[in-house]
Amino acid sequence: MTAVVEGKAIVQDYHVPGGMFARARSVRALKGVDFRVEKGKTLAIVGESGSGKSTLARVIALIDAPTGGELRIEGKPVDIRAHRPGPDMRSKVQMVFQNPYGSLNPRQKIGNVLMEPLAINTNVPAAEQRERAEAMLAKVGLQPEHFNRYPHMFSGGQRQRIAIARALMLNPSLLVLDEPVSALDLSVQAQVLNLLADLQDEFGLTYVFVSHDLSVVRYIADEVMVISKGEAVEQGTREEVFANPTHPYTRQLFAATPVTDVAAIRTRVERRRLARAGVQ
Amino acid sequence: MALLNIRNLTVKFATATGSFTAVDGIDVSVDKGEVLAIVGESGSGKSVSMLAVMGLLPDTATITADEMTYDGQDISNMTAVQRRKLIGREITMIFQEPVASLNPSFTTGFQIEEVLRLNLGMSRREAHARALELYRAVGIPEPEEKLKAYPHQMSGGQCQRVMIAMAIASNPRLLIADEPTTALDVTIQKQILDLLMKLQEDYGMALILITHDMGVVAETADRVVVQYKGKKMEEADVLSLFENPQHPYTRALLSALPENATGDRLPTVSDFFTQEAAR
Ligand SMILES: Nc1ncnc2c1ncn2[C@@H]1O[C@H](COP(=O)(O)OP(=O)(O)OP(=O)(O)O)[C@@H](O)[C@H]1O
Ligand SMILES: Nc1ncnc2c1ncn2[C@@H]1O[C@H](COP(=O)(O)OP(=O)(O)OP(=O)(O)O)[C@@H](O)[C@H]1O
Ligand SMILES: [Mg+2]
Ligand SMILES: [Mg+2]
Repeated sequence: MTAVVEGKAIVQDYHVPGGMFARARSVRALKGVDFRVEKGKTLAIVGESGSGKSTLARVIALIDAPTGGELRIEGKPVDIRAHRPGPDMRSKVQMVFQNPYGSLNPRQKIGNVLMEPLAINTNVPAAEQRERAEAMLAKVGLQPEHFNRYPHMFSGGQRQRIAIARALMLNPSLLVLDEPVSALDLSVQAQVLNLLADLQDEFGLTYVFVSHDLSVVRYIADEVMVISKGEAVEQGTREEVFANPTHPYTRQLFAATPVTDVAAIRTRVERRRLARAGVQ
Repeated sequence: MALLNIRNLTVKFATATGSFTAVDGIDVSVDKGEVLAIVGESGSGKSVSMLAVMGLLPDTATITADEMTYDGQDISNMTAVQRRKLIGREITMIFQEPVASLNPSFTTGFQIEEVLRLNLGMSRREAHARALELYRAVGIPEPEEKLKAYPHQMSGGQCQRVMIAMAIASNPRLLIADEPTTALDVTIQKQILDLLMKLQEDYGMALILITHDMGVVAETADRVVVQYKGKKMEEADVLSLFENPQHPYTRALLSALPENATGDRLPTVSDFFTQEAAR
């Protein structure tokens, strides 16, 4: 089976220009990463803050050209530095950015944010554009009266859902999501994850899903990649990685997950009560 | 006496389609040395109510309250000068969207050193040393280099930690932290929560922690407020909340953990309400 997206030895360097007192230098954010994702599957990328997850996501979503390595989409090598991707490729691959605020134009009403991809890339008539945008708003749990609001008039979690809705408007075949549900409470998070799962079942969508939340990863992933300092330190099926984490960082992640156990809460509350009594 | 005391806070926004009530009669109070967690669904008015306290809402907002006091002083009708003495020094806030709250045109080091010089009267050299110390405390790798980096040259979680460093720089008496660890993996989240709890215990800082993560609530809070659609649904000490949640939305929050998925579907709050009604 050909992979929807495949990367070989992907390297990414950031050039940091020097200033009056600092010498210019370059930072290697990805040190040769391999991966492949098959149609209709989800690759979850987890790892420490600053390990290179967003850097990799931007390469896969054809936003940034990598310094080295080869990226293939549906078997064909893609080099965005040599050939700018056309509208076809652009609508096939979509990205949800980690920072939804920064990716939304502050002067554009949400309705237009959602209709714009259709207006630019398709011949869908105006009336139908509006219908589809309203339907998509409802799917991510927003209301019709939100259509004419500007981005700053929303809550953090609502903006995150707008970014997801926008990326879904063009029926992409590959969707790269960078921490898409990090600001959502569990109920709204469930609604969004259920929506993504339904779309995957119905249209065979392929996802690359960056998340630091292991319970979300366990629910959504087929394959898991753990990256640390720009290197993939662990890769395997979800079952393998969860049943038998081999890298120390992966084990640390499991160990640090907070517990909602009542006995643990009671112990902590008691310890705080004693500490307070000691102070007085 | 509570350090911050808000009674019957209502916030309405004027929008193109009429007035919208984002916060509907909320009470919030927090004592010196106390950790209050506010949880609730996305869009339920958590951020807006705290921005109202900070005086940071746009002109389209109408704020009313029966009482709004900090340390006994009325903060609803303070002059701009009085407010500036308080906000950013005694009361600080970690904003929900870190990248959006940093200025893209200045290095993060310049921004935090500016806060230290203006608010705490430090010299350039002192501010630099303190900024470095704060970057280390929040676990930013290569702190010397990162002080020279612009926000876009740092990862999401690194920007979030810059915001945290800025907010704790003045050893505030009240810290309002709005989803402070959303961009952090659990190992760094733990380091940050330990740091906040240490400040809290060492200096008796009061902490209002807005979060959707019930694990974070379990590991930090003394008291918890649950908000849903602009209203307070439930308030309880942390142990009672987990042992015996009263409101259906709270029960739903505790049971909607992805590990409790049945088959392929994750339970949403509306599924939960339907189930409870059927019982
Ligand atoms: N434009 C840039 N210039 C220089 N360095 C950069 C740039 N963008 C990112 N970096 C650095 O590259 C490393 C990887 O960043 P990246 O954003 O990929 O991390 P991440 O894994 O997504 O982290 P987080 O979980 O915090 O979002 C970080 O150390 C970051 O400081
Ligand atoms: N400037 C504004 N104009 C109109 N409505 C607004 C404005 N700012 C916020 N709102 C609305 O007020 C409500 C409360 O927003 P708030 O940001 O407090 O939610 P929240 O509880 O913090 O949610 P989240 O968990 O998603 O961050 C939301 O429905 C939001 O759309
Ligand atoms: Mg990132
Ligand atoms: Mg909020």
